Amino acid sequence: MKVLAAVKRVIDYNVKIRVKPDNSDVDLTNVKMALNPFCEIAVEEAVRLKEKGVASEIVAVTVGPKAAQEQLRTALALGADRAIHVETDERVESLGAAKALARLVEEEQPGLVILGKQAIDTDNNQTGQMLAALTGLPQGTFASEVKVEGETLQVTREIDGGLQTVELSLPAIVTTDLRLNEPRYAKLPDIMKAKKKPMDVKSPAELGIEVASKVKLLKVEPPAERQGGVKVGSVDELVDKLKNEAKVIS
Amino acid sequence: MSILVLAEHHDGALAGATAHVVAAAQQIGGDIDVLVAGEGVSAIAEAAARLGGVSKVRVADHAAYAHLLAEPTAALIAELAGDYSHVLATASTTGKNVLPRVAALKDVAQISEIIAVESADTFKRPIYAGNAIATVQSEDALKVITVRATGFDAVGESGSASIEAVDFVADNTQSTFVKEALAQSDRPELGAAKVVISGGRGMGSGDNFTLLEGIADKLGAAIGASRAAVDAGFVPNDMQVGQTGKIVAPDLYIAVGISGAIQHLAGMKDSKVIVAINKDEEAPIFQVADYGLVADLFEAVPELEQQL
Repeated sequence: MKVLAAVKRVIDYNVKIRVKPDNSDVDLTNVKMALNPFCEIAVEEAVRLKEKGVASEIVAVTVGPKAAQEQLRTALALGADRAIHVETDERVESLGAAKALARLVEEEQPGLVILGKQAIDTDNNQTGQMLAALTGLPQGTFASEVKVEGETLQVTREIDGGLQTVELSLPAIVTTDLRLNEPRYAKLPDIMKAKKKPMDVKSPAELGIEVASKVKLLKVEPPAERQGGVKVGSVDELVDKLKNEAKVIS
Repeated sequence: MSILVLAEHHDGALAGATAHVVAAAQQIGGDIDVLVAGEGVSAIAEAAARLGGVSKVRVADHAAYAHLLAEPTAALIAELAGDYSHVLATASTTGKNVLPRVAALKDVAQISEIIAVESADTFKRPIYAGNAIATVQSEDALKVITVRATGFDAVGESGSASIEAVDFVADNTQSTFVKEALAQSDRPELGAAKVVISGGRGMGSGDNFTLLEGIADKLGAAIGASRAAVDAGFVPNDMQVGQTGKIVAPDLYIAVGISGAIQHLAGMKDSKVIVAINKDEEAPIFQVADYGLVADLFEAVPELEQQL
């Protein structure tokens, strides 16, 4: 079974973001970029499925600027076999990304597509669900366990308050939650090998789609700044403040 | 304008979050209908009809909608969406699962987790785990939106909406419900708790997390952890508060032995009152804490438990 793993280039999760002075967006110049953590989990899951003999080939895909090829190389170093880059400098939101991925699903005919549940930049949590709608496939979102059983897929999903298990017909779309796995680190020889793995570059026009978003970003502001408070000298004083000043305990 | 709100429900009862989403719908303005989908949901529909500001409750009561699986539920909403300018749901795991699928079926964008309504087409939403607030404007004819419940005060129960049945039954051969395992903890869920007490690397070991349990019991708190504590193997990943874990905003957040890495702060800085207990007085957590106590946690935590 062929597995498509979709990835996104985002700001590194350890970087403190800055809003541009003109409030047009978050400033990404000279900022460390990385593979979105949930996408890393998606690639890892695909690699584990291949190690178990369930997946035969892993294709890493992304939609974004030229620089996003770095993240495809990371996916290749982690174990993907080849990569497809849909290159665009547009501000791509979930629907545009899902449209591009839907065309790749049509071309590649994978048995399973794995995506991160959300990117840590826009925090949309939409692309997998949209891809499922556009391809007419079932979806197992926020997965903490994925089991392929013959022609079906059992997905355990992280829902509010617990876990839900659903059975999906294949092909299917899965999005990853944190507990699905702990991604490995790429080893140096694998990073070297990844440089030689094939990477296809396509444009949205070649795929016959438009990726530009119909949601306009009017303004980006920093959230209300939190002021540090006071240091208390003892547990007694702390309890007193919580009871009588903050009134959060009684 | 007319707005359809998807009702959230659990265990046969209307979830409180729905009243917050109706409040967001009121701010957008227009007629508000609530869709109750599920199996055996008549009592839920009656509860939804009592929500203030609701004109009509539409009920899709059928086995196809049991457990609100994404495929049939999205097909149902897409079928009804033609009557509306906006479709809203709570930004719960149900809303997040279903609404993007609805949006793509209708070839429109989805706007996630709004915290404020600026106008009928313009909304504020947190991005980068709340480290920035974006104002976005939708140019689509149909706006499909999930709502962060804590951003809006709930409407009251002053309404008496009419209730009407929806006959459409979605055909679904692709997904089936297998089972659900809901946490049977006496403690509240991290995301919904009014008080959260979290431990960091300073806890030293997983066993030491039992130190937090006494306080959690007394305050009815959920127990969380920093990524450092998770990475050190002290506690499982589902306890993680932070950018890559759960985002929480309780009335009281107590950070114990947590230095305050950016990625942790992103997950808890919207808490109303933050308490930090750490022996390193230079720890960045003190820059966001309302009350900081520089102390050895192994002495301070038992003492705090005793005094509560």
